[in-house]
Amino acid sequence: MSELLKVDNLIKNFGGLTAVSDVTMHLNSNELVALIGPNGAGKTTLFNLLTGVITPSSGSVVLAGKEGTFPLNNKKAYQIAKLGLSRTFQNIRLFKEMTVLDNVLIAMTSRYKEGFVSSILRFPSYYRTEREMKEEAIKLLKIFSLDQQTETLAKNLPYGIQRRLEIVRALSTKPQILFLDEPAAGMNPEETADLTRLIIEVQKEFHITVLLIEHDMSLVMQVAQRIYVLDHGSLLAEGSPKEIQQNPAVIKAYLGEEA
Amino acid sequence: MKANLKTNAIWLGLMIAGYYLMNTLILVGVINSFIENMLVTIGINIILAVGLNLIIGFAGQFSLGHAGFMAIGAYASAIITNSINSPIGFYISMGVGVVLAIVIALVVGIPTLRLRGDYLAIATMGAAEIIRIIINNLKITNGAAGMFNIPQFADWATVYIMMCLTTIVIVNFIHSRGGRAVMSVREDEIAAEAMGINVFKWKLAAFVLGASTAAISGSLHASFLQTIAPNDFNIMSSISILIIVVLGGVGSITGTFVAATVLGVIDTILQNFGTLRMVIYAVALILIMIFKPSGILGTWELSFSRILKRIKVKRGVSE
Ligand SMILES: Nc1ncnc2c1ncn2[C@@H]1O[C@H](COP(=O)(O)OP(=O)(O)O)[C@@H](O)[C@H]1O
Ligand SMILES: [Mg+2]
Repeated sequence: MSELLKVDNLIKNFGGLTAVSDVTMHLNSNELVALIGPNGAGKTTLFNLLTGVITPSSGSVVLAGKEGTFPLNNKKAYQIAKLGLSRTFQNIRLFKEMTVLDNVLIAMTSRYKEGFVSSILRFPSYYRTEREMKEEAIKLLKIFSLDQQTETLAKNLPYGIQRRLEIVRALSTKPQILFLDEPAAGMNPEETADLTRLIIEVQKEFHITVLLIEHDMSLVMQVAQRIYVLDHGSLLAEGSPKEIQQNPAVIKAYLGEEA
Repeated sequence: MKANLKTNAIWLGLMIAGYYLMNTLILVGVINSFIENMLVTIGINIILAVGLNLIIGFAGQFSLGHAGFMAIGAYASAIITNSINSPIGFYISMGVGVVLAIVIALVVGIPTLRLRGDYLAIATMGAAEIIRIIINNLKITNGAAGMFNIPQFADWATVYIMMCLTTIVIVNFIHSRGGRAVMSVREDEIAAEAMGINVFKWKLAAFVLGASTAAISGSLHASFLQTIAPNDFNIMSSISILIIVVLGGVGSITGTFVAATVLGVIDTILQNFGTLRMVIYAVALILIMIFKPSGILGTWELSFSRILKRIKVKRGVSE
């Protein structure tokens, strides 16, 4: 197991508020890691920093992927996405007025070259690329049982299904690391169980690293190989699910509050 | 693949049929030169509004300076055909207009497309005004008096063919990888970036493509009317293109065709009403905005592939 993403002394200040305070962590390849912590701990902010939505006040993020080592600090979000970091959003951000299929195809934009001229003049290569893209998209949608709704507008899907579509969309960028921000939020227990199974399956099948923010502790304890606990912007603990469950500081700050 | 060929053939057939229908109606005298003028104006407005709809309706960028790019094409053609007085000169001038419009769209777009909403509208409006004021003060453009006796190389057929060609380019772009990227920018910039879309690049692509077709419409306008002046390309003309887009439906190319035609006809009918015309025009607009705020067609598009699919399904059921 090699280190895929290395985060060192990452800090983000919003005016006077330090949302992420001196976080040092790493993700190994093919690992499923959970990031937990109370509301407002800075989990989403950390995701935003790692995926380039916002820039850190200081610290470094380095990707040591298949194609070499890249510092991610000063990269734009789309460049980071192209390097293989993909994500979902806590407050779903689908392309609402577009179809399920288009949502997935859009995320494949940077991997397929169609060419302006060949798409304007409708060369055979245009039809070929379109067909290949669609086939790949439908294959992915099938895994998430969404292949019967390819022409539905994203906004017309039920909430739980929208969350699944966001995962499909993120996967279709062919990521090395997938960041899931509360994927089970708003799902009923049945949907959550289904999602839990899917996350494990996808991580195995696609050989990717997953970092998961989740409040549902049963989900976290089932899927996570390692857990980071964030509290008030700082890392409180790191360890296996068992270690975290027994960590007194964690119980006090987070689990205790729920019990 | 076969279905694609079929729909492409239907569209092509429709365009050719339209051409021969016009040709026949002109020959038998049903379409007189008065109606022909109206149809040419409608065609030019369609070219303008389809391009603006790409920028506003599909890329979600509120540009208010479309007439500026039209001016560039118009003056390129007027100036060049004055020295190269031949059809070839006209098409060269059209090409020059397009290239100039692309360059200026890049110069205007690179700083302004980073702005959002209202700011972008104001910035593009300002850019178009700067273009107009420069033209107003140059010698080669004959200043505020404008240019006249421009050689006529564009007739209704030229306008019709260019309308078809520019629409094909833009519709095919919309239905490609680039078009989807452009629409994702409209839907959610943060999500688009997170999916590897270079948001700024695709905004610029839509803006530049829309600007280049506006230049073509400008060339046609100058060559058909043979007279142009800087004031033809002021903020009011940018707004009237915007009205076509909004009325037809932001995000519907079919709607743009319908709105440009309806407005063109209304405009011609009301010409005899003098100032009352503007009132009727305004009331019609307000009524539509009240009763159908998404425009006449919303985001609906005429699609033969959808119709063919439906026919197929129906046949399947009846068998
Ligand atoms: N763009 C922002 N501007 C100012 N404050 C922010 C911004 N984003 C997040 N915060 C603040 O940072 C803190 C951490 O928020 P967040 O990362 O969303 O927490 P979590 O996802 O762990 O619930 C909160 O206090 C939140 O209000
Ligand atoms: Mg959060």
